[in-house]
Amino acid sequence: MELKRVVVTGLGALTPLGNTVSEYWTGLTNGVSGAAPITRFDASKFKTQFACEVKGYVPENYFDRKEARKMDLFSQFALVVADEAVQDANLVEGNYDPDRVGVIWGSGIGGLRTFQEECVNFANGDGTPRFNPFFIPKMIADISAGHISIKYGFRGPNFVTVSACASATNAIIDSFNYIRLGMADVVVTGGSEAAVTEAGIGGFNALKALSERNDSPESASRPFDKDRDGFVLGEGAGALILEEYEHAKARGAKIYAEVIGGGMSADAYHITAPHPEGLGALNVMKNVLRDANIRPEEVDYINVHGTSTPLGDVSEVKAIQTVFGDHAYNLNISSTKSMTGHLLGAAGAIEAIASIMAVRNNIVPPTINHFTDDESFDSRLNFTFNKAQEREVKVALSNTFGFGGHNTSVLFRQFID
Amino acid sequence: MSEIAEKVKAIIIDKLGVEESEVTPEASFTNDLGADSLDTVELIMEFEKEFNVSIPDDQAENIATVGQAVSYLEEHAK
Repeated sequence: MELKRVVVTGLGALTPLGNTVSEYWTGLTNGVSGAAPITRFDASKFKTQFACEVKGYVPENYFDRKEARKMDLFSQFALVVADEAVQDANLVEGNYDPDRVGVIWGSGIGGLRTFQEECVNFANGDGTPRFNPFFIPKMIADISAGHISIKYGFRGPNFVTVSACASATNAIIDSFNYIRLGMADVVVTGGSEAAVTEAGIGGFNALKALSERNDSPESASRPFDKDRDGFVLGEGAGALILEEYEHAKARGAKIYAEVIGGGMSADAYHITAPHPEGLGALNVMKNVLRDANIRPEEVDYINVHGTSTPLGDVSEVKAIQTVFGDHAYNLNISSTKSMTGHLLGAAGAIEAIASIMAVRNNIVPPTINHFTDDESFDSRLNFTFNKAQEREVKVALSNTFGFGGHNTSVLFRQFID
Repeated sequence: MSEIAEKVKAIIIDKLGVEESEVTPEASFTNDLGADSLDTVELIMEFEKEFNVSIPDDQAENIATVGQAVSYLEEHAK
């Protein structure tokens, strides 16, 4: 059967750099850091006392109080960005068949704060179980997709992918596949995460995964810098409306870019450490190029996973050099996590948006916080350090990798009819 | 209004996000105050916590209005 073409027709973002796509893109291109001292809880006893939180978010601006109380923050974030994307795509009753609109969302963890609060309440009690009836439906990761479908009446395929920090990219790839196979006309996809909690920071601290640069939060996320010391936890969400091309054309939708390939692989190596030679990363980039049926030379920009951890950054770059050979020197490479921090299961969503906006605007957002070269990296590579660069971006590749050794890549191309 | 009735009212306003004027003795949680089955379970749990009582499921089923909640609690609250 002939595969259908899939295009991006709407975007939504709630990020540490801004609470709409436009604010987010402005932050990205200006090289702004979203890191600051943690406000969501008292972090004074924690090794890491900063994070990339969403700023100025007031639930009551988006939900009535009763509605907000029944949703963990990660679900609220999901609804906020889905709404921006649905409006941006001009999906209005009558211009789609609700049975053919799916929601495939990504979240690495789900309602971590809800889980933490309910367990703390129980532990502080006398052993009588007084769990809130909304505990489970607030916490479970898939409820985000459920909420979006309930709000809009989208009755097509509906589920959430869980693959740690690759979750949203898996969701995007699944959406792409369902549409190109003809199983849906439109899918609301993306991801959301809200893990800046005691359990989130404490848990990642115990793994020695987080930067502990408390004296300078805004310079802590420094992918590819010699003195990088771990990632900075972020929170937020991103939404994309993926749509079958003929469907989009028929209703006169604006088209941001075309999705041309999805790749997946596993490291099969270690629960948290990346494969030292970047084997999984190498395979996933080969897979995505093969899926899109393009040559490595056609790629202009790679939005890397690049979390700012000592090991991860090295293995990803090794993989890029193996896959792209000499063309690696022509690429723009950047880690927008230097600005947004690491949104875990939502990272793939906001980085897909960064990649799409790069394609649309021919601007590559930078890898900020570069102070000292690390000799582990080939100095001929262009990491887009510190300042955005203008260049034609016909094709952008976005990588995300998750604990468990899950690797995902997705390719976006400038839309040509 | 009794102290219990005041507290019951406050809990209902907080949990169901309704206006004080709507919380009349005859008001039904589901028909008048917009509660679904989970909201009702949550309300009962809040009453149990606030008034330090344990409301068995078969009796909880009979508490459908504000007045019924107040009566039950006035009788059973410790």
